[in-house]
Amino acid sequence: MAEMDEPMVVEGGCGGSCEWEGRWNHIKKFLERSGPFTHPDFEPGTESLQFLLQTCRVLVIGAGGLGCELLKDLALSGFGKIDVVDMDTIDVSNLNRQFLFRPKDVGRPKADVAADFINSRVPGCHVIPHFKKIQDLDERFYRQFHIIVCGLDSIVARRWMNGMLLSLLVYEDGEVDQTSVIPLIDGGTEGFKGNARVILPGVTACIDCTLELYPPQINFPMCTIASMPRLPEHCIEYVRILQWPKEMPFGDGVALDGDDPEHIQWVFQRSLKRAAEFNITGVTYRLTQGVVKRIIPAVASTNAVIAAACTTEVFKLATSAYVPLSNYMVFNDVDGLYTYTFEAERKENCSACSQVPVDLHFPPSSKFQQVLEYLTESTSLQMKSPAVTATVEGKSKTLYLQSVASIEQRTRPNLSKSLKELGLTDGQELAVADVTTPQTMLFRLCFTS
Amino acid sequence: MAATKDSKEQKYDRQLRLWGDHGQEALENAHVCLINATATGTEILKNLVLPGIGAFTIVDGHIVSGEDAGNNFFLSSDSIGKNRAQAATELLQELNSDVSGNFVEESPDKLLDNDPEFFHRFTIVIGVQLPESTCLRLGMVLWSASVPFLICKAYGLIGYMRLMVQEHTVIESHPDNALEDLRLDRPFDEFKSHIKSYNLSIMDKKDHSHTPWVIIVAKYLERWLSEHDGQPPKNYKEKEAFRQIIREGILKNENGGLEDEENFEEAIKNVNTALNPTKVPTSVEDLFNSEQCNNITAQSSSFWVMLRAVKEFVYNEGSGSLPVRGSIPDMIADSQKFINLQNVYREKAMQDAAAVSKHVESLLQSVGKPPESISEKDIKLFCKNSSFLRVVRCRSLAEEYSVDSINKDEITSRMDSPDSEMVFYLMLRAVDRFYQLHSRYPGFRKSLRISGAF
Repeated sequence: MAEMDEPMVVEGGCGGSCEWEGRWNHIKKFLERSGPFTHPDFEPGTESLQFLLQTCRVLVIGAGGLGCELLKDLALSGFGKIDVVDMDTIDVSNLNRQFLFRPKDVGRPKADVAADFINSRVPGCHVIPHFKKIQDLDERFYRQFHIIVCGLDSIVARRWMNGMLLSLLVYEDGEVDQTSVIPLIDGGTEGFKGNARVILPGVTACIDCTLELYPPQINFPMCTIASMPRLPEHCIEYVRILQWPKEMPFGDGVALDGDDPEHIQWVFQRSLKRAAEFNITGVTYRLTQGVVKRIIPAVASTNAVIAAACTTEVFKLATSAYVPLSNYMVFNDVDGLYTYTFEAERKENCSACSQVPVDLHFPPSSKFQQVLEYLTESTSLQMKSPAVTATVEGKSKTLYLQSVASIEQRTRPNLSKSLKELGLTDGQELAVADVTTPQTMLFRLCFTS
Repeated sequence: MAATKDSKEQKYDRQLRLWGDHGQEALENAHVCLINATATGTEILKNLVLPGIGAFTIVDGHIVSGEDAGNNFFLSSDSIGKNRAQAATELLQELNSDVSGNFVEESPDKLLDNDPEFFHRFTIVIGVQLPESTCLRLGMVLWSASVPFLICKAYGLIGYMRLMVQEHTVIESHPDNALEDLRLDRPFDEFKSHIKSYNLSIMDKKDHSHTPWVIIVAKYLERWLSEHDGQPPKNYKEKEAFRQIIREGILKNENGGLEDEENFEEAIKNVNTALNPTKVPTSVEDLFNSEQCNNITAQSSSFWVMLRAVKEFVYNEGSGSLPVRGSIPDMIADSQKFINLQNVYREKAMQDAAAVSKHVESLLQSVGKPPESISEKDIKLFCKNSSFLRVVRCRSLAEEYSVDSINKDEITSRMDSPDSEMVFYLMLRAVDRFYQLHSRYPGFRKSLRISGAF
C-alpha cells in the first residue's frame, strides 16, 4: 500500500475490483426475501442494498478496539459511506485487538490507518477518517449522518455525544420531529464484559437516563494514601498524587505521562521504596502502569461480539428489515456465556433528555459551594467541573469557573458566599456548562426555608 | 523477527491483566485447527491469532467463490478461484507474526477416510458449517483422542455453538465475586492468639479507630459465643442484635456523640458475610466424590492428584475445611495492623499448602511416580484456588444424536415456552437433516456447483 500524505480521494468507481459476481449474495438473502424474523412492515426488494452501498451515511466514533471491528462489520454488511472519528495515535498495546493496525503503524493516527486498511481490503467502501476529538466537530458535521455508532472508552465522551444528538432534535407542539432523530448505537467493553444499546434520542432512554448503571470509579481515601498504605496500589497512588507534584522529576510543570516508560519507571521505583517502608509486597511494573493509567483489560473476542451486535442494529435500522434491539443488551463470558436484554426506561426528569429544567432545592443561606458539590456528587448528574452563570440584576454573571485560572481565582470567593449574598432569587435560572454535555444545562433554583 | 519477551509483554499487556502469564503460556502452547474458512471461521480464528496462540491449521477443500470474498474480511477479490484454506491463512497470518499459520487443502471427510489421526495433534478443533455426518464422524475421532471439538454454525441472524469436551479442568478460574476466606466461625490457633493480642477496652483512640474490622468482629463474636452457649448469631434478629453490640463499642466523644470510627462501620457492614460458615463449596465436594479423585493411578493428571491431596487434607489437618486461602480484602487500619493480620493468614496458608504437599508426595509414591513430578509452586497455586476449581464435562455428539437419549417430555415442554431456544435447536437439526438427504440447503433455488466440494 502506498504511503499517502493526503487522504485518498476516490471518485465513484474503482475499476473492475469493485464488484464481482456473487459479492453481496449473503446480504441479498436478508433484503430480497421475507422470512419469520423480518419486520412486519418490511417489503423485500433491491432498493435497500443500494441505499446501504450508495446513500446511507454512518458515523463510527472511535477507531480502537470496538472501532476496528465496527468498520470491518459495517463495510462487509454493505455500508459504502462511513466516517470515523478518533483523536488517538496507535500504541503497541493496541495490537492485541485493534487488528487494522500493524507494528509499523505505531505512532500514526488510528482514524487514518483504519480508513486506509478498510478502503483497501473492501473495494468500493469509502471510509473518511477524522483525526479529531468529538468535541472539535459541530452540529453541522453530526447532522449529516443517518446513524451514529459509538465505540468509546469514556463515559464523559458518551454523554457529550448523547447531548449533541439531543441538541439536534426539533420539537413541534411538544412532539419530537422524527426526521430530526439520529439513532445512536452505543457499545462498551471491559475485559470479558460488554454491552450494546440502541438509543433514539428524544424517544427512548438516553445515556443520562441510566447514568446510575455505571459503577462508581474507585478512588482511595487520602488518609490511606498519605499515611496508612496497606496495598501496593496505595503506594503507587502516593507517588503519583503526592510525590510527583512535589519533586517534578522531569522538569517543572511536566505532568506524569502514563505512556512514557521513563515516567512509569520512576513511579515504579519510588513505589517500591514506599512499599518497603511499610512491609508491603506486590508492587510490580505492570501494576504501576495499570494504576497510573487506570488501565482496563481488553481482548479481541469481547470487542468482536459487541461490535457485531452494534452493527446488526445499524443494519436493522438502516434497512428497516428487522426488529431492532429494545434496547439494552449485556454480555459476560467470564464464566461460560451469559447475556441478557432489557428495555431501559426513560427517566422522567432526566437532566439531558427530559426537557424539564432541573430544580435545585437549597435554603438561601446555603453556601454556593454546596450547590457545586450537588452538581458533581449527585448520581444523576455526575458533573466533572461545572461552570455556573446566572443573570443577576439584569446582568450575566459567572458565579464560578474552574477551567480558566484567572477566572477561577476571581470567582473562588463566591464559593463561601451564601446564595442570598450572591443576589440569587427564588425561581432563578442557572446556566451550567460542563464537559459532560455540549450544551449549557438550565437549572431552576428553588429556595427552601 | 522473533519477539522479545519485553515487546510481547507490551503487546499483550491488556490481555495479560485478564489471564496472567499462565494463561498466556497455555495460549502460546496451543495449536488450533479450523475446518472451513468461512466468515464465521476466520472471525473465530482472528480472535485467537491476535492474542497469540502458538499455531493454527486451516483445513478446507473449497475454492474461494465470489460470495466468499464478499462477506469474509480475510479473503479478497484476488483470492477468488484460489484454495480457501491457503487464501485465508495468508491474511490471518499477517495479523500476528508470533503465530505460525498452516493450511491443508483437503476436505475433512477425505482426512477422516485416509488419516483420522491427523486431528490428534490439535489442542482443539473448530468445525464450521459442517454437515451432520462429518460432525459425527469427526466427533467420534476427537472424543476417543480427548481433543475438544467446537461446532459452529451461522444462518442469518441465528448462531449456534456446541462444545464437546470430555473433561476440562480449570485451576485458576479468576472468579468475579469471590467470598473471602476469613475463618471467623472457626478461627485457627494462630488467628486466635492474634485476636488475643488486642484489647479494645484499653487501646488509645488512634489504635481503636485503626483496628481491622476482622479483629473487631472476632472480639465481639467471642463475647457473644460465651453468652449464647457457643451459638453464633443465626437469623436476622440475632445478627441485628450483634451489629448493635458492635455499634455500642464505638468510642464516644466528650459530648456523648459518636466518634467517627470507619473501621467499626466496616465491621457492622460486614457482619452478614463475615458470619457465613466456612465450608467446602458444593462444587468442590462434588469433585471430591468423583471417580477420578477417588481412583488415583499413574495416569491421573496432576489436577486429580492435587485434588485428592486436598481432600485428604480436608479430612485430616483441615478438620473439614479447605487450605486457608491466605488473602484478605483491604480494610481501614493502620499499615502495621493490616500487614500483621495479613501475615497471620499468609503463614497459615503456607502451612496448609505444606501439609497438602505431603499428601501429594505420598500419593505420587503410591503410584510409582517421583515426588518432583508436581512442583511446590503448582501445589501452592492449587491450594490458593481450591474454592474455585472447576471441571467442565460435556457429553459426546454420539450421545446427543442417539435416539435412545432423547428426552421427549423435556423437549416438548420447552417448545411451549415463547422464550425457549428449543425451536431453533430443532430447526437447525432439521436443516442439517435436509442437507444430508438432498445435498443442498433449504432455500437454495439454484443448484450450486462448487468444484471440489461435497
